[in-house]
Amino acid sequence: MHDDQQPGRYRMTTSSSPRQFAWANGPQALKPFLFAPRQTLWRAERAADGSIRFVEPADPLPPLAVIGVRACDLAALALQDAHFLEGEYVDPYYAARRSNLFLIAVDCSHPAATCFCASTGDGPHVRQGCDIALTELERGFVARPDSERGAQMLASLALSPAGVDDIEQGHAQTDRAAQAQQRGLPSRNLRDRLLASLDHPRWNDVASRCLSCGNCTSVCPTCFCHAQRETPQLDGATSEHVREWDSCFSRGHSYLHGFTVRPDTRSRYRQWLVHKLGTWHDQYGRSGCVGCGRCIAWCPVGIDLTQEAAALAGDQV
Amino acid sequence: MKPSAQLPLEAEVTERIQESPSIFTLRLQLTDRLARAAYRFHPGQFNMVYLYGVGEVPISIVSDPRDETVLDHTIRVVGRVTDGMARLRAGERVGLRGPFGRGWPLKEVQGRDVLVVTGGLGCAPVVAVINYILMRRDQFGRLTIIQGVKHAEDLIWRERYAYWRTLPDVQVLLAADHGGPVWPWHVGKVTEVFEHADIHPGCAVMLCGPEIMMLMAARMLVERGVAERDIHLSMERNMQCAVGHCGHCQFGAAFVCREGPVFAYPQVKHLLGVRGF
Repeated sequence: MHDDQQPGRYRMTTSSSPRQFAWANGPQALKPFLFAPRQTLWRAERAADGSIRFVEPADPLPPLAVIGVRACDLAALALQDAHFLEGEYVDPYYAARRSNLFLIAVDCSHPAATCFCASTGDGPHVRQGCDIALTELERGFVARPDSERGAQMLASLALSPAGVDDIEQGHAQTDRAAQAQQRGLPSRNLRDRLLASLDHPRWNDVASRCLSCGNCTSVCPTCFCHAQRETPQLDGATSEHVREWDSCFSRGHSYLHGFTVRPDTRSRYRQWLVHKLGTWHDQYGRSGCVGCGRCIAWCPVGIDLTQEAAALAGDQV
Repeated sequence: MKPSAQLPLEAEVTERIQESPSIFTLRLQLTDRLARAAYRFHPGQFNMVYLYGVGEVPISIVSDPRDETVLDHTIRVVGRVTDGMARLRAGERVGLRGPFGRGWPLKEVQGRDVLVVTGGLGCAPVVAVINYILMRRDQFGRLTIIQGVKHAEDLIWRERYAYWRTLPDVQVLLAADHGGPVWPWHVGKVTEVFEHADIHPGCAVMLCGPEIMMLMAARMLVERGVAERDIHLSMERNMQCAVGHCGHCQFGAAFVCREGPVFAYPQVKHLLGVRGF
């Protein structure tokens, strides 16, 4: 299998390579496994006397192992952890799924044309944040443990020690994967430049192309926005309060009793990019972009975040 | 996880007070005695109030924090949830999560003169400030209340303003863009009555209302020598989770539900009034 990714294009093709991971990434990363697209937060039960009881959902969560996690997605996972677990409030649903996760990562050897993780510093080499990290070579895999559980699992398998050649080959392969990337962000920290460019004419330009569809925020592994809504049951006695992924590209996202803070595409795209590459630094100490390139491939009109960032903030000091 | 942050507690409507045709106050009491005893809040904080089968809305708490029996929420009918809440009667039940956010820095400004400036329809968050100060009169200096409304008939709690102005060391200045036959106060912008107020560098300011009004007021106050860090304002954004996770209330880097709703002016002034934030 091989993936062909271009702005606004994603195709799977068969390849003659016997490798399992001769492709970059699919539309979804780890995000839906942890931050569920739809989650019941509570169920309200109303009795005949009008009293209301609030019941937490008791979803049994089976342990989950994910094979083939990329470095960019591990970086995104760390950012989602920071958002849902490491602030003033812990999200119990995310936390429950997170504690049930076993991650087998793989160094990226076949970056797509949309990839730019080398410029954000998040890949293609897997550094940390998983249980086992793999490097795929022509003659097999090199596995290295990254957690106690990962070490235990590797110890239980009949493996032969990796040779120095194998390890060096792996490094060289990852280096080539980094060098092969053609896209990049102008800097890892664009905060000040973007905040100084709020009136840049490029926002109008990108708004004339953007459909405000929200594909980019859906495939983005770090976007965390979600909406809450109520789904009353027909029996009149129970009502579920659920949350679902939301997007800052929707009209309702900034709705405030009778007025919309961001009524047009220009202000929504600006909100997304200024947050992702700018104010994210204030919130989580780094940019919210891990260079996975999904927003470029899955944008129906092929808007390229790296080009927009360069036009808005690349040519300034 | 802080208790009650995700799961609402049941509360009973003990009283429903109609303040104006579209504004009402729900007096709520947590039905669980232990939860009621454990509940603490600071003026300026808010609760997520849940109407069965319809949804939740963020509502500022206007009662006094020392009152451990009931929690007052003054609500304007602006949408589906608040419209349904307007029909609630005493004895009916709602859900309540909270309190959330940062309130007014009332402990920090003890001993100082306090200026309260509001614009728009009955600004509940600062009424909490006024009530708090009046119940602890000896802990604060002079209280100046400036309130602006569009139309004279928009002013709710008219009797309260009339009462407040009779109190010692309290100055009340009201302004309406459009007055009326029985409007004894100023006709014009709220910021125009500033010249009649005792504004000096030592006073602490609490602002609430439309952002452009708060921005203009803050600039005028700074011109009159008030330090930027002494100006506090209550911001409003779409809030759904109230714990800084859902992303709707972001104002630049700030999550209004968590770092706000009350901010010091220097925290927000770079984006205040900028369209789209």
